[in-house]
Amino acid sequence: MRELIILDKLVKTYVLGDYEIHALRGIDLIIKEGEFVAIMGPSGSGKSTLMNILGCLDRPTSGRYVLDSLDVSSLNRDQLAEIRNKKLGFVFQSFNLLSRTSAIENVELPLLYNGNSTKDKYQKAMKALEMVGLRDRANAVPNQLSGGQQQRVAIARALINEPAIILADEPTGNLDTRTSIEVMDILQMLNNNGITIVLITHEPDIASYAGRNILFRDGKIVRDEMVASPRRAKAELANLPAEIEET
Amino acid sequence: MQTNTLNKTGCFMRYWQILKIAYKALTKNKMRSSLTMLGIIIGVGAVIAMVGIGAGATNMVTAQISAMGDNLINIFPGSQQSGGIRLGAGSMTTLKDDDAKAIKQNCSAIKAVSPVVRSNGQVIAAGQNWNTQIEGYSTDFPVIRSWPLSSGSFFTDQDVQGATKVCILGKTIVDNLFPNEDPVGQIIRIKKLPFRVIGVLSAKGQNAMGRDQDDIIIMPYTTVQRKLAGITHIHYIMASAVSRDQIDLASEQITELLRVRHKIVGSQENDFTVRTQLELATTINSTANIMSILLGAIASVSLIVGGIGIMNIMLVSVTERTREIGLRMAVGAKSRDIMIQFLAESIVLSLIGGLIGIMLGVISGKIIQAVLHWPILTSGPAIAVAFLFAGFVGVFFGFYPARKASLLDPIEALRYE
Repeated sequence: MRELIILDKLVKTYVLGDYEIHALRGIDLIIKEGEFVAIMGPSGSGKSTLMNILGCLDRPTSGRYVLDSLDVSSLNRDQLAEIRNKKLGFVFQSFNLLSRTSAIENVELPLLYNGNSTKDKYQKAMKALEMVGLRDRANAVPNQLSGGQQQRVAIARALINEPAIILADEPTGNLDTRTSIEVMDILQMLNNNGITIVLITHEPDIASYAGRNILFRDGKIVRDEMVASPRRAKAELANLPAEIEET
Repeated sequence: MQTNTLNKTGCFMRYWQILKIAYKALTKNKMRSSLTMLGIIIGVGAVIAMVGIGAGATNMVTAQISAMGDNLINIFPGSQQSGGIRLGAGSMTTLKDDDAKAIKQNCSAIKAVSPVVRSNGQVIAAGQNWNTQIEGYSTDFPVIRSWPLSSGSFFTDQDVQGATKVCILGKTIVDNLFPNEDPVGQIIRIKKLPFRVIGVLSAKGQNAMGRDQDDIIIMPYTTVQRKLAGITHIHYIMASAVSRDQIDLASEQITELLRVRHKIVGSQENDFTVRTQLELATTINSTANIMSILLGAIASVSLIVGGIGIMNIMLVSVTERTREIGLRMAVGAKSRDIMIQFLAESIVLSLIGGLIGIMLGVISGKIIQAVLHWPILTSGPAIAVAFLFAGFVGVFFGFYPARKASLLDPIEALRYE
């Protein structure tokens, strides 16, 4: 498989007044196309900093970051915005949906920044909502949706530009066990369709759905291992007692 | 980027799209948006109403000046000088009625001329009395002042030659002396002399300075000279040019003629002054224009205050929507996109406010006109300027908040609580 992400001696140092904080101390990492990677670590381990750099929201202090054969470590603000729009999809812990804005308009948001026509937008957004099973909730606003449904809308938004990678930062952090599994089910389904997923979590339970687990501590990778047989969310959902879908 | 390949319609569609999105964002906070808009509404409304009042006043003054007479030219005697002390204009007695006759005969650009002799006195009739202005004219009076009679007839050249004791009353005099009867044919007494009323002037109302023009008695100028004032000179000459664009020519002809008649040669100073209605109109118009500008400027202040209101609310909005801005940046919005979004919101606020303000301004102009009977003139250009100004206020006061939004760091914005 193609190497989608190459990190080469990546360093990130923050200067706070008189002293420096070494958030990342030289990371070497390769993520191949189609992988499902879970990055774990305690808070302050540098995993969020890594996520920001992988998401092209921040730039490394030194080292190289090659995304999809393009060295992005030296791009400017606007070029990074374009990369984020075309190649990356974000899923956040707190969903980050626009309030008082319908699900479909939330999903359409990334299309606003690459000049799609209105008709295309609607169709693409409907297709993305269908993939997360929320086609019939297209006109609902976030506070009419359950937490799980809101996160699925956010996943649909991440999908809409057919990104190379989805970056999910604690996507189940605000959800209960069952809806967490539902969200993992959708991520696994997308991964089966060929989308690379990088997931940040501090819950080993959630990490066990991924095919590869990376453990961070003090700005370094301390463990990087393949999971022999990842948990299958779909099968687990089938075994859970049926629950009436909240609306 | 793809934007480069978009054609003109695409570009227009894109801007329309941006405005639509901005409008939608504003409707999510209706109360706040409408209150913010209120500043602009009041500002634009005030500008339009105030400029309307100013323009209406200017218009009315112009109309009243031309109502004073038909292409009027006044010739005043010069100022008297004795031992280095100069008295005011008109203090000399150099103008004679022959000057007026000569002007009528010799100046081709003049169609009517009349000497003016003024006096005043207590008028007594039918047990009533009234103090008023008495003015003597030649038979050209109705032409020069474009002032017809409402009843009776005007005096004739014979009356002027014979200094007949006849008079014509203004509306105010009639109201005060003959409230209940027809004055024509009645006798009034001024300085113990009887005068027969032969006509009544039509009502003219107040002039631009607020003086009641109907409080007047008109007589042959010879009558005023000989019977009332006891003088042989005339106070001034009133003339009427053939047309508006002949006024300057007429005034040149008069100056030339009077210099010859008064034997003024070379660089000697004239012993008379020629004043045209044009000069008066220019003076009064410029005063009225200053008033319009002043009113407009005061109203503009409220528009600027409205703009500050927009800026204030946009700053609050940027802070409140920090996470939204972070998210938009995360999904690919460039600094410029964020900037345009917030700028569009403040422009939409100010333009909608501007449109409502135009309606408000026009309607309040109509109300002022109906209630206070002021002449209000709301012109297209004034409306267009007010609207553009509102748009400018939107851009100007929206720029700083929009720029602030566009410079946010996406990571910090996403984490903002």
